[in-house]
Amino acid sequence: MRFVKDGRAAEDPYRRVADDASLPDGVPVLLTGERFLADAAALASRAAPVGVIWPNNREIEELAPHLAHLAAIALAFPTFRDGRAYSQARLLRERYHYRGELRATGQVLRDQFLFMLRAGFTAFEIAKDGDADHFADAVHRYTRFYQPSADRRPVIAAVRQPPTPQRKSA
Amino acid sequence: MYVYDEFDQTLLNERVAEFSDQIKRRLSGELSEEEFRPLRLMNGTYLQLHAYMLRISIPYGTLSSKKLRMLAHIARRYDRGYGHFTTRQNLQFHWIKLEDLPNAMADLASAGLHGIQTSGNCVRNISTDQWAGVARDEIADPRIYAEILRQHLTLHPEFSFLPRKFKIGITGAAHDRAAVKMHDIGLWLRRGPNGELGFEVAVGGGLGRTPYLAETIRGFCPSRDLLGYVEAILRVYNRYGRRDNIWKARIKILVHDLGVAKFRDEVEAEFEASKDYAPVLDERLVAEITRRFHYPNFENVEDNPPELQAAFHDARFRTWYFNAVAPHRVPGHAIVTISLKPVGLTPGDCTADQMEALADFADQYGYGEIRNGHEQNLCLPSVRQRDLPALWRKLDAVGLALSNVNLITDIIACPGLDYCSLANARAIPVAMEISKRFADPDLQRNIGRLHINISGCINACGHHHIGHIGILGVEKQGQEFYQITLGGKADENAKLGTLIGPSVPFDKVADVIEDVVAAYIELRERPEEIFIDTVRRVGIQPFKERVYAVR
Repeated sequence: MRFVKDGRAAEDPYRRVADDASLPDGVPVLLTGERFLADAAALASRAAPVGVIWPNNREIEELAPHLAHLAAIALAFPTFRDGRAYSQARLLRERYHYRGELRATGQVLRDQFLFMLRAGFTAFEIAKDGDADHFADAVHRYTRFYQPSADRRPVIAAVRQPPTPQRKSA
Repeated sequence: MYVYDEFDQTLLNERVAEFSDQIKRRLSGELSEEEFRPLRLMNGTYLQLHAYMLRISIPYGTLSSKKLRMLAHIARRYDRGYGHFTTRQNLQFHWIKLEDLPNAMADLASAGLHGIQTSGNCVRNISTDQWAGVARDEIADPRIYAEILRQHLTLHPEFSFLPRKFKIGITGAAHDRAAVKMHDIGLWLRRGPNGELGFEVAVGGGLGRTPYLAETIRGFCPSRDLLGYVEAILRVYNRYGRRDNIWKARIKILVHDLGVAKFRDEVEAEFEASKDYAPVLDERLVAEITRRFHYPNFENVEDNPPELQAAFHDARFRTWYFNAVAPHRVPGHAIVTISLKPVGLTPGDCTADQMEALADFADQYGYGEIRNGHEQNLCLPSVRQRDLPALWRKLDAVGLALSNVNLITDIIACPGLDYCSLANARAIPVAMEISKRFADPDLQRNIGRLHINISGCINACGHHHIGHIGILGVEKQGQEFYQITLGGKADENAKLGTLIGPSVPFDKVADVIEDVVAAYIELRERPEEIFIDTVRRVGIQPFKERVYAVR
């Protein structure tokens, strides 16, 4: 598995910690939803970054009160055909204004990178090593998009419609 | 006619490059068939019984003569010289080779054509009334909004991996020619309390194994909220639609399981919650898209010109005229339906020669525009009435001046087991046999309006549930059998048909249809009472008795 963050190959700084294991000091950790919610108050004061692994069949709204204390949220694509995490991602970005790392996990394949990026994902656990080399190609395959989305890239409608000229008062 | 600008064209070219690369990776083995499958499906490429099938989108059923010529070119160059128009305003080529696809796609893109989202679990081609923009009973042209929705939902970052396919149908007319209630989202253009444009929104329609008609969840959604409201519906579906069972994954099942009231509440809550940032369809965007719909510069001509009146002396012309020609909203013009249902041939097939001839006729007589509708027929939407006799002679010369529109031989049929790997039974030979039995034009006219729909399996691509007579192919111990339903309707009073009894074998289907029709002729109160009205009046029992008494 290879890791891409903000468009570049990177080392994954996070350590996944099992529910019954103790938290390592000073290391960014990814916790399950159960553990995170159970310890949310205590974790809020932890100095090192805390992230949560959130399944795609659980209400993303449950995380809303904790977003300020979450450095990363890992969403799941059990298969690339299961698109529920796209909705979770857009909700986090657009409705809850979550600014931290949004990580795609599971069957994360080259032909879905662009959809994921546009839905608001910034980090990718890439399932096939070869796909990681094509990350830049894959996300720049298209230069214009019809619909606005969480990535705030320019959309066709905005280019087509130059701003209405403001009439200067005489 | 929507005219692509450089942005539309750039996106299309980028799509061709992407898909060509995906095909290359499949051919090299870098992509498994399982991984390639959803990618090719999102480009309209199916693997069928004998070959790959390529499905081309014809947005809102509108073609220019240039596009139709390109389809003829593809048919000739990469296929077997013909194409098949489907019930969802698409065109299918059934004999495409995978290695030819990149070139075929590039050729298509050069004319603004593509297969984007014509299959797969995404928002499919948006269908509309084939008379959009020219119908007399229309409050606004639905194609403007179909194009806006098409753009908004093309390569959508949230809704490209839905639980199942998703179909949107839209009409602006009082009479529903687009089978709107059979769609996952059905939209009717409506005027609001202050005369503003908006939509009645229905959800959960669909045929297949569990047929439902769409139910209204919003009586009036103002035009500016259209995109936000559609996104709210799609989001509720994407999050909560079933993914564990392909037969229960369509939105109709979610709507049915929750109940339409609860589903509506979910959508309204979602819409409300996203109101601050949801896309807004402002007037400038509508104006921009409208501006790029080029309407014909209609000639200022009168109704009933002398050329037309003179032609009425020819009985064959008269027959064709009263069957295939409909009133146009502009004086001196007419809408001409071109039946693709010749007796004994495949419904919806069109040869490359016919496509090119039609493109020429469209240029000569019809402002260069051609449409296709869910009945698998074509249409020249705007023909000057004075040109009708000349057009008719030319159509006749290429076998396209048929006078069976809306009659019993105007059969809707899916490709069935002759092509499709999903099918349980053949559909085309059944259609051919029925059309031969009723080939006599006088007999057809005596029977009057009657829609037969045939599907080769429960997926219902032939829309059998909404045929006046529906025929569904099933498999029983390796044999092809057919269930017959009566009383289905596709229009604004849409209704699902009722099964009349046990299924019948392949070679008895046409006999049964003859019995049903004979019963109707006896039962109708007067010749003007069409089949569907007789069925509604007397129920299916008398038909059932007639069919099964002797079997």
